Amino acid sequence: MANDLFTYTMRLADDAAILSQRLAGWCGHASHLEEDIALTNIALDQIGCARLLYAYAGEIEGKGRDEDALCFNRNEREFTNLLLLEQPNDDFAYAIVRQFFYSAYVLLFWQALKSSKDERLAGIAAKAEKEAAYHLRHSAEWVVRLGDGTEESRSRIEEAIEFLWMYTGEMFEMDEVATALAEQGIAVDAAAIKPAWNKSINEVFARADLSVPTGTWMQTGGRNGEHSEHLGHVLAPMQYLQRAYPGLVW
Amino acid sequence: MSEQHTPLWEVFIRSRNGMSHRHAGSIHAADAEMALQAARDVYTRRGEGLSIWVVPSAAIIASDPSEKDMMFEPTGDKIYRHPTFYEIPEEVGNM
Repeated sequence: MANDLFTYTMRLADDAAILSQRLAGWCGHASHLEEDIALTNIALDQIGCARLLYAYAGEIEGKGRDEDALCFNRNEREFTNLLLLEQPNDDFAYAIVRQFFYSAYVLLFWQALKSSKDERLAGIAAKAEKEAAYHLRHSAEWVVRLGDGTEESRSRIEEAIEFLWMYTGEMFEMDEVATALAEQGIAVDAAAIKPAWNKSINEVFARADLSVPTGTWMQTGGRNGEHSEHLGHVLAPMQYLQRAYPGLVW
Repeated sequence: MSEQHTPLWEVFIRSRNGMSHRHAGSIHAADAEMALQAARDVYTRRGEGLSIWVVPSAAIIASDPSEKDMMFEPTGDKIYRHPTFYEIPEEVGNM
């Protein structure tokens, strides 16, 4: 039980940390100053969320690992984030679609986790929900504008949607850990929020006349530490300082 | 940054209830909704605001700097318009 709760909390923490690092990659590189700040604002929200979750996971584990130890001293195979979130910033449209798919999901996820019997997770969910609501609004408005913008922007977002679609199935998987905790009223039944997620995606895509992909084959493995080749490249700059100077503090 | 596709907007923030909106700066955005989001992201990162207005910069009618003598100088010698000649009883405190 404690072990399941640790595993579950670490998944959520890794999601927030890896997405944050990916978004931080836009710092100084976004299309214009306003969007540069918007994306890094979202990154900071994710860091805040990751810290709370790692700190809680460290307490559950009870081996003295703090949030830094859990974030910076683990290797690829120990990370259990969703594969979607480690996908590269190849193009602004990729970053927007990644954010949109995830925010539409995680808003519903936090709303459900707010009634978790685990008070700490419920409290973190209540805080994260408000942030996710804004992330969803921001990314959804961009989806509409890129889809409904120029020929160039439309072709780029269509490519991003097509590519990232196969990473969306993983969000709704329920393995043994999640199922056992859901039965105790602690975890969210992720499979149950899929219809609402589909509705949210359909509504926004309809505004921009974008088609929802029909592909049903989905990538999986992130929750078991099986990642794409990209994760190592996310971790290297993120973990460099703690690896080179173990225990360094500001 | 093309002004044609992403025009300039002026941002006004109200910091507390009872205060008025004050000009905070400007941003570029494609339309009103995106302008509101950009204003939120750029100008309210440190808890500055409870309310935001965005206004297309092109909609603002500004006074002509070359007319400042005509516009503003005549008020310079009308000190009686300042409420500085009233004795305020101490019990009133700050007004």
